[in-house]
Amino acid sequence: MRRSPLPEGALDATDRRILNALQEGFPLSSRPFAEAGEALGLAEGELIIRLTRLREIGAITRFGPFYDAEAMGGAFCLCAMQVPADRFEAVVTLVNALPEVAHNYERAHRLNMWFVLACEKPEGIKRAAARIERETGLKVLRFPKLQEFFIGFRVAA
Amino acid sequence: MTIDATDRKIIAATASGLPITAAPYAEVAGWLGLTEAEVIARMAAMQAAGIIRRVALAPNHYALGLAANGMSVWDIDDAAALELGPKVGALPFVSHCYLRPRALPDWPYNLFAMLHGTTRTEVEAKRAEVAALLGPAVRGHDILYSTRILKKTGMRLTGEG
Repeated sequence: MRRSPLPEGALDATDRRILNALQEGFPLSSRPFAEAGEALGLAEGELIIRLTRLREIGAITRFGPFYDAEAMGGAFCLCAMQVPADRFEAVVTLVNALPEVAHNYERAHRLNMWFVLACEKPEGIKRAAARIERETGLKVLRFPKLQEFFIGFRVAA
Repeated sequence: MTIDATDRKIIAATASGLPITAAPYAEVAGWLGLTEAEVIARMAAMQAAGIIRRVALAPNHYALGLAANGMSVWDIDDAAALELGPKVGALPFVSHCYLRPRALPDWPYNLFAMLHGTTRTEVEAKRAEVAALLGPAVRGHDILYSTRILKKTGMRLTGEG
C-alpha cells in the first residue's frame, strides 16, 4: 500500500468529488456505476475509467463491501506488552511467529509493543496470549473491545 | 442472521474488493456460478444484518496527505464513556473508537480513539479537540504514536482457532 502523498496535480476536482462521494456508499444494484455516476453528473463509463485510475495510482485502498469480521464469527483482541529494549528484536520474532498475530506495532510508550490477535474462536485469543507469555516471559495485557463507536471517519479529498 | 456456505463464497470472492466493471455483481456471480440477483440479494441481507458494514470506497489516507496518526487513550468514567463515545466516534478525523477494559495498575485508560491528521501538530490539535468534547469527565489521557510497523497481514480466518 502506498504510504506517501500523491504528487501535486494527481487528482482533479472530479476525482476528488468521486473520492468524497463514494466514501458514503455504493449501490447494490445491476448497474451501480451508472447509478452512482448519475448522482455525480458523470457517465457510467467515465466513472469506471476514473475509478480504475484512482485505484492504479494508489488513491484508494479498498473498493467494495466492508465486512465486519466479528459478525462473520472471528474473535479479535488488542494486546500490549512492555518489552525491555535489549530484548525487543527477539520478542518481535517470537510474537510475529504466531499466525494469530495479525498486526503488530512498536509504539513510543512504556507499553511499547501493541498487536492484534485474530482467531476463529474466542478461546483462541486466550491460548495465543498465554503462549506469548510463556515464550517471552512477559505479561500480555489484553484489551478486548467492549463497545465500538466509530462511524464518522471521512478523508476529505 | 447465520451465514451459509454460499454467503461465505461471496465473502471470499469480494473480501479484497469489487471488480470495477459496469456490472460488478454479475461478474462476481459468474465466478461463483450464481445469478446476479442472488448475489445482490445476499449482499443486501448481509448489509441489513451488519455483516457488511457498507459497500463503499476507502481512500488511501496517506496518499491524500493524512500521513500522521496517533492512538489517543482516555481515562473516563465508564457510564460517561458510553454516552460520550458515540460523539468521539462521529468526529471525521477519528477512524476507530472503542471502549476497552482498563488493566490496572498498568493501564488506566478505557476509551481508545485513533486520530488522523496531515502532521503530528495537527493530530495534537485534534487531541485537544477530543479533550474539549469530553470535558471534565476525563481523568487522564495520553497518545501513543507508532514508531514502526512490526507486522501487518490480512485477516486469517481459515485456520484453527
